[in-house]
Amino acid sequence: MNLIRRFINKSRPKSPWIVHFDCGSCNGCDIEVLACLTPMYDVERFGIVNVGNPKHADVMLVTGTVNHRNKHVLENLYAQMPEPKAVIAIGACGLTGGVFRECHNVLGGVDKVIPVSAYVPGCPPRPEAIIDGVVMALKKFEEI
Amino acid sequence: MIQVLVAILAGLLLAPLAGGLVTGIDRKLTARLQSRFGPPILQPFFDLLKLFGKKARAVNAMQVFCAVVYVVAAALSVVLFLMRSDLLIIFFVQAVGAVFVILGGYAVASPYAQVGAQREMLQVLAYEPILILVFAGFYLVTGSFQISAIDAYAAAGGKPLLVKMPLLFLALGYGLAIKLRKSPFDLSTSHHGHQELVKGLTTEFSGPYLGLLELGHWFEVALILGLTTLFWSNSLLGMAVVAGGAYFLEILTDNVTARLTWRAMLGKIWVSGLVMCVLNLVWLAGGKAVP
Repeated sequence: MNLIRRFINKSRPKSPWIVHFDCGSCNGCDIEVLACLTPMYDVERFGIVNVGNPKHADVMLVTGTVNHRNKHVLENLYAQMPEPKAVIAIGACGLTGGVFRECHNVLGGVDKVIPVSAYVPGCPPRPEAIIDGVVMALKKFEEI
Repeated sequence: MIQVLVAILAGLLLAPLAGGLVTGIDRKLTARLQSRFGPPILQPFFDLLKLFGKKARAVNAMQVFCAVVYVVAAALSVVLFLMRSDLLIIFFVQAVGAVFVILGGYAVASPYAQVGAQREMLQVLAYEPILILVFAGFYLVTGSFQISAIDAYAAAGGKPLLVKMPLLFLALGYGLAIKLRKSPFDLSTSHHGHQELVKGLTTEFSGPYLGLLELGHWFEVALILGLTTLFWSNSLLGMAVVAGGAYFLEILTDNVTARLTWRAMLGKIWVSGLVMCVLNLVWLAGGKAVP
């Protein structure tokens, strides 16, 4: 039984399936997230698959500001992911609200609503930085 | 008795290993065809272990039951194949598995799973007649539905069945693409990250239950590769050529074609597939009365 546990723990960081949620981003960060899937960067090398379904995902990438409307969607998506799971906030808006921070409808960063494992700064961040963020979030899986 | 035990052990242990490896090679080849580097060959095993390590969450008990029955049926059909049993029995056992996947999709009130289940039903409707007609072809050549009779036919120095059933082999290729849900027939669900119905049939399965579906799929891959080997069972090289060639063509079409609508799928398979089957069967019967 212990051996199987060990195999499972080893497999977890090797197969992070991600779901990407655009939480009111300007699309700048989204384009960089999708750039990670192209032959140039090819994240599938690391076993990363961009799935469209929170029920299949291990890692959620969130771009954009959180406001009073879309925070419910964000919470709902997070709740649908089975444990163990990790969240990565991407871009200035996802981290703190960015330039929209002072708007009356904006709550701020993603971590105001759900726990965040890794922060990737930038406006927008480069694909390399996003891949690095995923790798850092996977360290959380190794500690389980 | 020992033969049966060996068949059971090989079926339960080696078949999923082979299925997983073939899936890994499939993903690597697909990546290379898209000029990407691709995941390691062992990636499907990492995926499966990870899925089994996730927290078990099911929408309802029916979903769990369906996933378990699917795996049991798929594993049993592989064991029966290795026991050189009756092709018709194998056909019915795998059909039970296929039906329970559909029920698992219907068990949840999610539009994606429901539409996925409807499309899966159409896919089953498309490939099952082809499978039955191919098995009828085996019967016309060897006089029996037993796989052991095909072995005896090959051992007696008969020509490879591919020579006698070329059109049936082509039709089976169509059928297998539908059964494996390879593009252009990935209507109900797809093995790529995104599908138009989120993930169709498997949308509402998560964690270990999704892992069970994946394991069942590996058994089915092993069974399908086994079925293709029957077309050249005279030599090991022949088996490898037929199974490898057929699977490579499936991967190639998966990468060069776009998804069809279900109408186009049924039209293609029922017109060209069934016509090919019937032509080949008529040729095999060769004017003599069918016994």
